Amino acid sequence: MRLFYHLGRYYILISKVFAKPERYKMYYRQTLRELELQGINSIGIVVIISIFVGAVITIQTNYNIENPLLPRYLIGVGVRDMLLLEFSSTMVALILAGKVGSSISSELGTMRITEQIDALEIMGVNSASFLILPKIIATMLFFPLLTIISLFVGMGGGYLTALITNVSTPQEFIYGLQYGFYPHYFTYALQKMVVFAFLITTISAYHGYYAEGSSLEVGKSSTRAVVQSCIFILMFNLILTKLILD
Amino acid sequence: MIEVRNISKTFGKNRVLDDISILFEKGKTNLVIGKSGSGKTVLLKSLVGLHEVDKGMILFDERDFTSMNFKQRKSLRKEFGMLFQGAALFDSYTVEENVKYPLDMFTEISYAEKLERVNFCLHRVDMDKTNALYPAELSGGMKKRVGIARAIALNPIYLFCDEPNSGLDPQTAIRIDKLIKNITEEFDITTIVNTHDMNSVMEIGDKVVFIFEGLKCWEGTKHEILKADNRYLNDFVFATNLTKTLKKVQAKKEK
Ligand SMILES: Nc1ncnc2c1ncn2[C@@H]1O[C@H](COP(=O)(O)OP(=O)(O)OP(=O)(O)O)[C@@H](O)[C@H]1O
Ligand SMILES: [Mg+2]
Repeated sequence: MRLFYHLGRYYILISKVFAKPERYKMYYRQTLRELELQGINSIGIVVIISIFVGAVITIQTNYNIENPLLPRYLIGVGVRDMLLLEFSSTMVALILAGKVGSSISSELGTMRITEQIDALEIMGVNSASFLILPKIIATMLFFPLLTIISLFVGMGGGYLTALITNVSTPQEFIYGLQYGFYPHYFTYALQKMVVFAFLITTISAYHGYYAEGSSLEVGKSSTRAVVQSCIFILMFNLILTKLILD
Repeated sequence: MIEVRNISKTFGKNRVLDDISILFEKGKTNLVIGKSGSGKTVLLKSLVGLHEVDKGMILFDERDFTSMNFKQRKSLRKEFGMLFQGAALFDSYTVEENVKYPLDMFTEISYAEKLERVNFCLHRVDMDKTNALYPAELSGGMKKRVGIARAIALNPIYLFCDEPNSGLDPQTAIRIDKLIKNITEEFDITTIVNTHDMNSVMEIGDKVVFIFEGLKCWEGTKHEILKADNRYLNDFVFATNLTKTLKKVQAKKEK
């Protein structure tokens, strides 16, 4: 029963969010702010994690193809496909759920309990739309870019590791990165990320927007936002993989 | 003029407002008083539609707010100005951006004109030269004054103030009270102020409504309030030693 209540309220919120903006200029300004806040400020963490994961995949793939019959360039193939298929979209989305999701829900939660959202409503502003739509646009535009960044930085990390540890020659590694590349995988990764961006932003916004009570509750609602975002990312990962790759 | 007819509001089993009818007059500061938890904030929020009332009618100069749809309410709300109990300034905006926000959202005037209006409103509340500060850098009283500046930016016809002077020292409190009264008279608007401060009542109470446990218990002017013989009102009004002593002195004089 609680599930239906939340689904209904989520649906109402989303339909309020997608009402026609009353003033495009204000929305535009707000979207730029969100691009910086949710997007540009997330590049750092994505870069760091991607380098390390690229490096680790290189080493692990090397272990798995110890057999001298297997060509060395498979390491490059492995790094590319792991990043492309799962890491740079799903795993990066999980990380962003932690960073961006908690920031969105605590921002909105604080605005709710300090009556800032009421203040907007009183002025005659559609607060849901004004506060949430720019975040949705910003994340849906920028997160796919983070996927691309993660992909390249991850491959770079793998390449460096291959060089340093000598598991394959640079030529072999680069050859592997290009070997049997399906452009379709790339669009698959980007499509997933666009959906994940929508999930993270709307789920976190939902929990923040309807926060009530004290600052303690804001903390709890942001934890709920992150946990539920993660669960929905994993669920949709399964569904989208079945839909897009099959 | 705002007319409230028989409104009730319950939260679960908690009946917060019970069949309340009040006439808030134009060009006057209408005070709603009552102790903490008596339902003042709920009343104010019901008036502006932040809470839905269970029954009853709210009329803004004959326009029935309760039967309006979302769109009609939105357009009526452009005539509202509201100061919240905690000021509710937008944290991520500067003072100037806070006051300018309603202008940005609802007017077509140029940037220079907006700035002029912002500075006028800030001057009106004695907050000149604070344009670039963020709410976190302001004291409680300053926040409230900026909140008032934002509330009057669009020349509201109805002004709602939830405890404009709670948590302030008596001098600042009186300054804010007087400011609200002046604005009300100058622009001939309908103002409703929630308070539990007897100083405010004696200072600006053109019309006073006393709420007790969700019921309208008494109404009158600041002149009548000291002589009223309502028991609950007397308990409220003469709660402090200062007011009790005053009353005794008054009684002695009359003998
Ligand atoms: N959103 C809400 N949900 C449930 N109950 C509420 C809600 N808001 C207020 N109440 C209840 O309504 C009653 C009146 O609260 P209200 O905030 O109006 O008091 P108040 O007169 O403004 O007090 P104060 O002077 O302390 O601000 C309280 O018993 C409170 O528990
Ligand atoms: Mg209150």
